[in-house]
Amino acid sequence: MSSHAQEAIQSKKHEFSKGMMAAMPLVIGYLPIAVAFGVMAQQMGLSVWQAVCMSALVYAGASQFMAIGMIAAGTGMIEIVFATFVLNFRHFVMGLSLMNRLKDFSTKWKIVISSGITDETFAVASLTKGQMHPFYIAGLVSTAYFTWVLGTLCGGLLANMIPPSISTSMSIALYAMFIGLLVPAIRGKWKLGMIAVISMGLNSLFSLFLSSGWSIILATIIGSSIGIFFGQEEEK
Amino acid sequence: MMNDLIWVIIGMSLVTLIPRWLPIWIVGRVSLPRWANQWLNHIPYAALGALIFPGILSIEQGKPLIGLLGGLIAGCLAFFRLHIMYVIFGAILTVFIAKNFL
Repeated sequence: MSSHAQEAIQSKKHEFSKGMMAAMPLVIGYLPIAVAFGVMAQQMGLSVWQAVCMSALVYAGASQFMAIGMIAAGTGMIEIVFATFVLNFRHFVMGLSLMNRLKDFSTKWKIVISSGITDETFAVASLTKGQMHPFYIAGLVSTAYFTWVLGTLCGGLLANMIPPSISTSMSIALYAMFIGLLVPAIRGKWKLGMIAVISMGLNSLFSLFLSSGWSIILATIIGSSIGIFFGQEEEK
Repeated sequence: MMNDLIWVIIGMSLVTLIPRWLPIWIVGRVSLPRWANQWLNHIPYAALGALIFPGILSIEQGKPLIGLLGGLIAGCLAFFRLHIMYVIFGAILTVFIAKNFL
């Protein structure tokens, strides 16, 4: 192997582990929730492999908790699938933004990355400054994914030993991560800060009469378009 | 119901995965007008705002102040550019103390 090729592999490894490191806050946030999902799914009558299967194939936390609740309540399949669609459609809006940023990536990479879009991986990836290497995002999304799936497996296997509730102290973790990403990014950029605050207000308003899925989608779309009318873009 | 469960999971998987994939071909490699680019670049900030609030108020049922307090502490720590791990642990600790001792 030429030294050039070796260097390329080194840099890929380096980018991948950088992505894994960027996923650490997310691991802390996901793990207790994934374990709780595994425990709760079993109490709702799912087998361990069904719970793991759901985490691996659906990979969207809130909708999975909602689904096992609906399954336990005997809700029909069409309703469960439709409610899942509504709740997870926000990833479409996030995907538009992320794919625009990663325009130069090959379609193969885009498919891998898009499959791993969650609120959290989107937040980390899109607030990463500068150019991103495909292996960086691959490290990020795969670490998040395996945390979610393995956490579910642990919860399912240890269901008898762990209480199903996520402790309140831990459930702040993902919110704290969002805040930890958002605040430094908007510091000194009043326009971006306004967009975030307006979206918070819109979501509070919409959630009074819409399901949380639609509410978040609408608040995101309207909040982000308000920026267009603010005039000149502030450069990073 | 249990026999249908795998179909429920597959259905959920499809309606989640397809919207995740669609943007690949919608945004594609075309260059968008400036306003559209600007809009897409602002989505992360709007999405984060909407994801944080009002959801953070409901981490402890019926006690919105606990989530709010945790969020404010996280906001302060993040404002002073502390590493995100400190932000997270600061918020967890705040909520733990608020819940058990206040």
